[in-house]
Amino acid sequence: MQELELFRINALYRDDFRIMGYSFGEGEETVCVMGSMRGNEYQQIYVCSLLIKKLKMLEEEGRITEGKKILVIPCGNPYSVNVKKRFWTIDNTDINRMFPGYDKGETTQRIAEGIFRNVKGYRTGIHLASFYMPGNFVSQVRVMKTGLENVEMAKQFGLPFVVLHHPRPFDTATLNYNWQIWETNAFSVYTASTGAINKKEANKGMRAILNFMSKNGVIDYRGDEGYISRVVESTDFMAIRSHTAGFFEAMAGAGDRVEKGQKLAVITDPMTGDVKETLCSGEEGVVAFMHNETLCYQNTAVIKVIPDRV
Amino acid sequence: MTEEIIKIAGAELPVNEELTIKKHRMIGSGESEKRICVVTGIHGDELEGQYVAYELARRIKEDPEALQGTVDIYPAMNPFGIDSVMRGIPAFDLDMNRIFPGNSQGDMNEYLASEIVKDMVGASLCLDIHASNIFLTEIPQIRINELHKELLVPIAEKSNVDFIWVHGASTVLESTFAYSLNSIGVPTLVVEMGVGMRITKDYGDQLVDGIFSLMGELGIWKAYVPEVRRPVVSYDESGMDVYYLNAPVSGVFIKDTLHGAVVSEGEHIGRIVNPLSGELLADIVAPADGWLFTIREYPIVEEGSLMGRILKQEVYEGCRN
Repeated sequence: MQELELFRINALYRDDFRIMGYSFGEGEETVCVMGSMRGNEYQQIYVCSLLIKKLKMLEEEGRITEGKKILVIPCGNPYSVNVKKRFWTIDNTDINRMFPGYDKGETTQRIAEGIFRNVKGYRTGIHLASFYMPGNFVSQVRVMKTGLENVEMAKQFGLPFVVLHHPRPFDTATLNYNWQIWETNAFSVYTASTGAINKKEANKGMRAILNFMSKNGVIDYRGDEGYISRVVESTDFMAIRSHTAGFFEAMAGAGDRVEKGQKLAVITDPMTGDVKETLCSGEEGVVAFMHNETLCYQNTAVIKVIPDRV
Repeated sequence: MTEEIIKIAGAELPVNEELTIKKHRMIGSGESEKRICVVTGIHGDELEGQYVAYELARRIKEDPEALQGTVDIYPAMNPFGIDSVMRGIPAFDLDMNRIFPGNSQGDMNEYLASEIVKDMVGASLCLDIHASNIFLTEIPQIRINELHKELLVPIAEKSNVDFIWVHGASTVLESTFAYSLNSIGVPTLVVEMGVGMRITKDYGDQLVDGIFSLMGELGIWKAYVPEVRRPVVSYDESGMDVYYLNAPVSGVFIKDTLHGAVVSEGEHIGRIVNPLSGELLADIVAPADGWLFTIREYPIVEEGSLMGRILKQEVYEGCRN
């Protein structure tokens, strides 16, 4: 394992901003795993740490295929993590809206460029991503439909779902999109949580990435085969929306199989405790997303179910 | 003239409160069917438009007979942000100017955005007033996406701003309020002026004069209309008209030149210093002759932070001669 400093910015009062990478094997740039780029993505850093531990062991045992290089970057934004701020410390910009970056531009553009310079050119790019909505989600691989996507390859993670989605305007400045444009097979892997570590799902995510590398001949690893992934479009998700606001109480979790009509959550009046709304599943399926904050706003998609019929 | 405060969109909040977005509608007694929408507060920390909203209404009420059509003033698109001194939408940490045209089936914010757009449908003209951000001070200017320049530049020239900046199209900008409205046929001008968290009264008065000029053009205002200044226009679709001054090092920026200054190549603009060691870290000079239309206001900079923008001298002179 080689510990590499990939990017540095000198600071005035804080320690220098440094992005570290951990590389395994030598030769063709084969798989790159990008962890957090936002300050609250603890689960994403944690998955990378599990991966680094395991890859280090595999390398010591000579189980990384000759001529293949793997790079893991656990944290692309230590500054925001260390002050517990989601976006960039000074101007609140999002590094994952700055790709491919610009080395003469503003700070987060420079950071994005610094990251992209190191990660482009890999045959496969895996970003451990998070949703902007607060909640837990079923483990999944998301693939952006740019015309260059590789759905068959996405199934090799063996995660329950491969989710295809059409890029929205802001997606064009994400790492995943730009990886694809620069001819890397790009996947975003979601492992249940963001701001709280879910060890079980993190381990599942780590094994999914190892399985993927194994199936692609990058490492010699025998894990469980995982799931036969179901490929769904993000537009097939059935959103269950709150029609009222209040305290949110979930009665099911992400990944749970649910029946039609099953109660999934209630929204109560914070002051009287009265139930204002009961949210039920309109169809039989799997809970893909469950809101996980106490407060819930009106008109919000607080639950998403992947119906069996799609 | 009649006037009314109208709620255009709302959402229930968890504890005993409703979030509402309101407009001030003034309808003149004349025949005109035209309607102008003056919008501000999409970014909660940009307050220059607050004065414009007030001053526009005040001047109309001073001479109500002169009003012919309809004036809709929306002073607070993001009331949460204004209340909590935040640029984005608090609780969601979301830039409201990246969620348009919204979605009536989407989350609370997307729903509000879609209601806002619905309310503007059919307007003759819309102004979306911004105030740069808390970091930069801007000369009063209008920014126009190249896709809409033929229609918008001639209108913007009547708005009494100092500068019109036509910029290249970018996919990311398709989710802005102005792009959405322009796409549905409501000509919308994006005004940037002053600085975040402050009101620059002179700029506000200048823009209000410009709004009366636009209202005069539309036939909404039948009274004295102030003469407008001739703006500098940059057709900068390729991004070649402007020099960007990005900080070479992290430190504290001391501004020594005011925005609006015409500068020469090599001329001193400011310094980046280290208060801990007492050192001068960088002397910031103009990379070429031109017009300094943006300057950094917020002193803390890090490597890459924008400190200023200079419009090339030939573009500036071309408009001034």
